[in-house]
Amino acid sequence: MDDGDADGVNPGKVAVKQMAEPSVDDLTTMYEIQARIVATDEQFRQRIGRGQATLIYYSPRGQESISAALGVCLRPQDYLVTTYRGLHDQIAKGIPLRELVAEYLGRTTGTCGGKGGPMHVTHAASGVMVTTGIVGGGLPIANGLGLAAVLDDSEQVTAVCFGDGATNTGAFHEAMNLAAVWDLPVLFVCQNNQYGEHTPIARSMRVPTVAERAAAYGIASARVDGNDAVAMWHAIGAATDRAREGGGPTLIDALTYRFHGHILGEDLAYQPAEERAAAVSADPFPAYRARLISQYGITETVLDDIDRRIAAEVDDAFRHALASPEPDGSSLYTDVVAEVTV
Amino acid sequence: MAVMGFAAAINSALDVALGSDPDVFLLGEDISDPGGGVYNITKGLSTKYGEHRVRDTPISESAIIGAATGAALAGKRPVAEIMIMDFLGVCLDQLANHAAKLRYMTGGQAHVPLVVRMSAGAGVQFGAQHSELLEAWLVHTPGLKVVMPSTPADAKGLLLSAIFDDDPVVFIEPTLLYFGAAKEEVPDGDVRVPLGRAHIAREGSTITLISYGLHVHTCLAAVAQLSESDIDAEVIDLRSLVPLDIDTVLASVSKTRRAVVVHEAVGRAGFGAELSSLIHEALFDELAGPVRRVTGADTPVPYAKPLETAFIPTADTVAGAVRQMCS
Repeated sequence: MDDGDADGVNPGKVAVKQMAEPSVDDLTTMYEIQARIVATDEQFRQRIGRGQATLIYYSPRGQESISAALGVCLRPQDYLVTTYRGLHDQIAKGIPLRELVAEYLGRTTGTCGGKGGPMHVTHAASGVMVTTGIVGGGLPIANGLGLAAVLDDSEQVTAVCFGDGATNTGAFHEAMNLAAVWDLPVLFVCQNNQYGEHTPIARSMRVPTVAERAAAYGIASARVDGNDAVAMWHAIGAATDRAREGGGPTLIDALTYRFHGHILGEDLAYQPAEERAAAVSADPFPAYRARLISQYGITETVLDDIDRRIAAEVDDAFRHALASPEPDGSSLYTDVVAEVTV
Repeated sequence: MAVMGFAAAINSALDVALGSDPDVFLLGEDISDPGGGVYNITKGLSTKYGEHRVRDTPISESAIIGAATGAALAGKRPVAEIMIMDFLGVCLDQLANHAAKLRYMTGGQAHVPLVVRMSAGAGVQFGAQHSELLEAWLVHTPGLKVVMPSTPADAKGLLLSAIFDDDPVVFIEPTLLYFGAAKEEVPDGDVRVPLGRAHIAREGSTITLISYGLHVHTCLAAVAQLSESDIDAEVIDLRSLVPLDIDTVLASVSKTRRAVVVHEAVGRAGFGAELSSLIHEALFDELAGPVRRVTGADTPVPYAKPLETAFIPTADTVAGAVRQMCS
């Protein structure tokens, strides 16, 4: 694994290699993933607002272009680690929507039988291995998933998503350094929404970009418009290719914005209203739809069909979840440790 | 069978595990040859199995435990070393929030077959940040198993059980035993000592001394001091705190009606408090008197030799407590 960089990209420099353009299939799949995220998020916000669901909800709305690209570039057997703001990533990696929504609502039919909740979704069959509630906590674990691939000499890649706030934790520093030293096949995807909880990034770090932090560890990095799914497709595609070829980790600094603050329903006084209004008016999802039609010649009919299918799927997922039982208490003591078999 | 000391027995367990299961690998600071770790525990293993499977790390305990946790999630059986127990303070998030909780949080989809090895304990004037026993933190964290051996044969057999256990196990190696444990016959090959089964280190009838790790020997030394009296003490070596062999403890205390718990960690809210409570709850009416604790002082571990000695339970303090209880 100590063979430097197969692409001739210097560690620490921007690593975007020339790739083909995304296929029509990739483009429409990225649309479908975003549509599924947007519709699911909207249902959660509406139902929480109407009192039909009670949960502490970290809306990912505004950040879905990043997940769309991950969903297309990662293979089913690749691993994903994400955070409490993870609905978009979980959907993109392919967790069945019924099980995902049911877990958010704490039902027995959820991915984790209601024991994890939105902050701790795992669906091993889809490769979503960890959702952490600890800022920065997922990065060291992603290295371990990557290390297993190295030990097995497999082509599996691990992507770990986190916010800009996580880049100020010790876990970020330790994980980036170890991933570099061991040339691990890990993509560090910073969904840089420019706020760590309520504090803007400029008050949390002295360097202007997250991307340049990669230089301190000797790993490749790219600063990308995280609201541009096609740009993300290029960046993530290049990074996954490098990782699969033994070229080691990449830090992707994906610039984006969260539309609904840290926790849904909070006082957003810490965010300038005009800043948020500008971000919402540049909403990446309708912008992507318009671009598919104007630039890539995909017809409205195709996209409308996707919209209709997604609306029905999301409706079904919520209906199914709300009709599912909550745990009755009998599972409280199970799965703390392995069942002892004598 | 071969006669070996504590460190060699641990090395032997790691050797057997690496040799028998390709999913086992080691990671930690300085563990590869020529040194084989600061206490030479892993000496020879990187030469035998390669630095692919016996991996040196930077001084990054969070990254070590995180990498081990992730690899375990992906089906490996990592054995991570963090050198000294006090260093739990810099990686506890990975261990307590992630490794310990993942089986539960995922509804049993994930499991973390991970071992974290560490040396621990006072007695070599290593000062307050290299001498603590923190097993109470771990026992208080559902999802972790906690093991502390007292003899070379147990060290090997328990470590093998820990490595092939499907949950995260913290394996605590009393530093003084690296240098001071009597050599003994240790079985060859993959001979395991099950977790959760206490060992009666000495049979007796008038009082039960309960300990684990180094202070099993302190208890046995106290018993030797008492040999000229008519006090016939039973000594129980718990071997693992989670899972806990409470049945062996209660059977013994039912018989003797007196119990002393001995450990080096600070007494306040220590494991002795838990054990004492369990004994009282089960046997209150049968006890001849309250369960006593002989523990480390409620202070950081001091440096100067007389202070450090005053901190640690000794055979004298244990024997004194026993005499009082039996008088």
